[in-house]
Amino acid sequence: MHNLKKQVIVVGGGVAGMESAGLLAREGYAVTLFEKETYTGGHTSHWYHLFPDRRESRDIIKFLEERIDNSNLNLLTGLKVTTITKKHGFFLVYTEDGNEFKADAVILSTGFDLFNSSRKEEYGYGIYDNVISSADLETMFRAGEIKLANGKAPETVGFVHCVGSRDEKVGNLYCSKLCCVTAVKQAIEVREHLQDTKVFCFYMDMRMGGAYYEELYREAQEQWNVSFIRGKVSEVSEDIDNRLVIKSEDTLAGKPLKIHLDMLVLMAGMEMSEGGAKIAAASGLHTGQNRFFASADHHYGSNKSNVKGIFYAGTCTMPMNITETISHARAAVSDVIDYLEDRN
Amino acid sequence: MNKEGKRRIWSDYQKEIADDHFFYVRSCIRQSFFPGSEQFFLNFLRNDLRKDVYENPSHTTCTGIGYHSDIVPLPTIMTVVARHFALMKESGYKNIAISCVTSFGIYAEIIETWKHFPEELAKTRDYLYRATGREFDIPENMAHTSDIIYKFRNEIAAKAKNKLINRETGEPLRIVEHIGCHYSKMFPKYGVGGAEFPNVLGGMVEAWGGKVIDYPERRHCCGFGFRQYLIQANRGYSLSNTAKKFSSMSPYKPDMVLTNCPGCNMFMDKWQYTMKEMEGTVYGVNGESIPVLTYEELAGLVLGYNPWNLGLQFHMVQSEPLLKKIGIEYDPEDKFKTKDGKQMPIPIDLINA
Repeated sequence: MHNLKKQVIVVGGGVAGMESAGLLAREGYAVTLFEKETYTGGHTSHWYHLFPDRRESRDIIKFLEERIDNSNLNLLTGLKVTTITKKHGFFLVYTEDGNEFKADAVILSTGFDLFNSSRKEEYGYGIYDNVISSADLETMFRAGEIKLANGKAPETVGFVHCVGSRDEKVGNLYCSKLCCVTAVKQAIEVREHLQDTKVFCFYMDMRMGGAYYEELYREAQEQWNVSFIRGKVSEVSEDIDNRLVIKSEDTLAGKPLKIHLDMLVLMAGMEMSEGGAKIAAASGLHTGQNRFFASADHHYGSNKSNVKGIFYAGTCTMPMNITETISHARAAVSDVIDYLEDRN
Repeated sequence: MNKEGKRRIWSDYQKEIADDHFFYVRSCIRQSFFPGSEQFFLNFLRNDLRKDVYENPSHTTCTGIGYHSDIVPLPTIMTVVARHFALMKESGYKNIAISCVTSFGIYAEIIETWKHFPEELAKTRDYLYRATGREFDIPENMAHTSDIIYKFRNEIAAKAKNKLINRETGEPLRIVEHIGCHYSKMFPKYGVGGAEFPNVLGGMVEAWGGKVIDYPERRHCCGFGFRQYLIQANRGYSLSNTAKKFSSMSPYKPDMVLTNCPGCNMFMDKWQYTMKEMEGTVYGVNGESIPVLTYEELAGLVLGYNPWNLGLQFHMVQSEPLLKKIGIEYDPEDKFKTKDGKQMPIPIDLINA
């Protein structure tokens, strides 16, 4: 058992924060876990099913909640961390209510923000009633009803990949990595809920680089008749019957495309969280060109920051799926213990 | 359609528009095709609002049409624009008011080029100095003249003699607005309301009592597009663009089209004649075509100007159905008379007349 007096602060109570805080508490450290929302679990707590095996997201949340159920762990929700300073070998963590907390090491697991789809003005999110985001669709799945603004079930649904990702215009050159497989998962789920509904996915490239992703993509085509169209959507408008008019290009056929749909789902990408960015700016922590926290070394120091004793876990460094996030959180714990036990 | 979402976008694109002391630059073609428009702007600003608007007789074309046709190279057009800025500097003005959307796009493109490539600015200064001995400053404020009418739209509404309301039904007039590609599509920050859901013309329409029609091909090109038209072999392409737009707006039964750009007005007006001649197709209700007005002409009607003094008779599609809906009185006998009352030749085959 390690010395209980050694204190670790974990900032952000999503998947990475819960996993790393829970493991450190299990190892005997005194852990304080800060979460800005009133609940833990981050984005995952709003999701319905997870790719690729379509398990309930609640399973993961349940696992993580059990992880943080430890007497060495103090959970503080509804509290935003603003700044971290290092003084005489320990850290002072300041919260927005003016309090300060002392720690021997800090893990930042501030996660990501979903790209605000209204920034892609041409898609009309927030203007056209039946243009929704991938997160909005998960809420519908959870409610058990996929419906249009007029209460009817959609007969045609489109998915737009890469909304806010690989897009120089919005300043995000990187791939968010998870949107392709999420679109495939959601396309299948729409077909499961509404068996007569036609589903179209508009993509640039299908990036299915994860275990069983490609299989899910194949299933979507073979079993669920989802149509995949290689081309970006250029604009969305509404016709006189309030149906959406989508303009795109079918680059494989080499033809422009205009299609009427009832519902359009925007696969919002991942961005550095606003809270994380503020902490970075206030605390002298480096960020990369992609605005996420910059790790000390891309290959063998991805959990380390430019300040010794401050570590990163999860999607505050780059887009990751839940499997990768949990692995990254565990690696952060390993680095923290090495640091606290002088094993560097 | 969520209006709140549009307002959120508009709040991101509220450009600063100068209040007074404008250096006014005319369009090459507007004076020929809609001769009352620029005249209205000058009268309204100078005489109604008591603003200082200066025109320099040495101002020339911006050469935008030549530039977009690959006849005028970029260093040349930058030097021509620099000369305009030099005239402005010499005249003691800092706020430029541009009548033409093509020119507005040219000025925006050149100013942005200079910002991002300062070496181009240095070269342009050198070219201008060597050619003319002149020096210039970049304007402190750049507005298209529709921005300025937008800025004063509520003053116009307060003085309105006519509202954009159908006198018979009491319903707002249904108005299609078309900002023109070069107003804000290249640089959304230069346009009121941005590029996707612009508000420069829509703001005028709503302030004066009308209703803006949003239709699927709202963002589509009017059909001009320079080379689509300027190269004779491409004109079918130009026409098909216009046909696509009108087919898309037609189900909404618009009472009129409001335009920002000289090219857009010309093509949306004159191609309606062509489409009627070629196919017998009209896009308005009751066998009528849809009047296409400039924002100055519409502002003039709202303020109670005589439609013939505004030059509405010089459009291909005549405005009488619109005038009747609004309840504007006019004398058909005066339509083609000069200011001193002499009868001009009356064109044949006018649409909607």
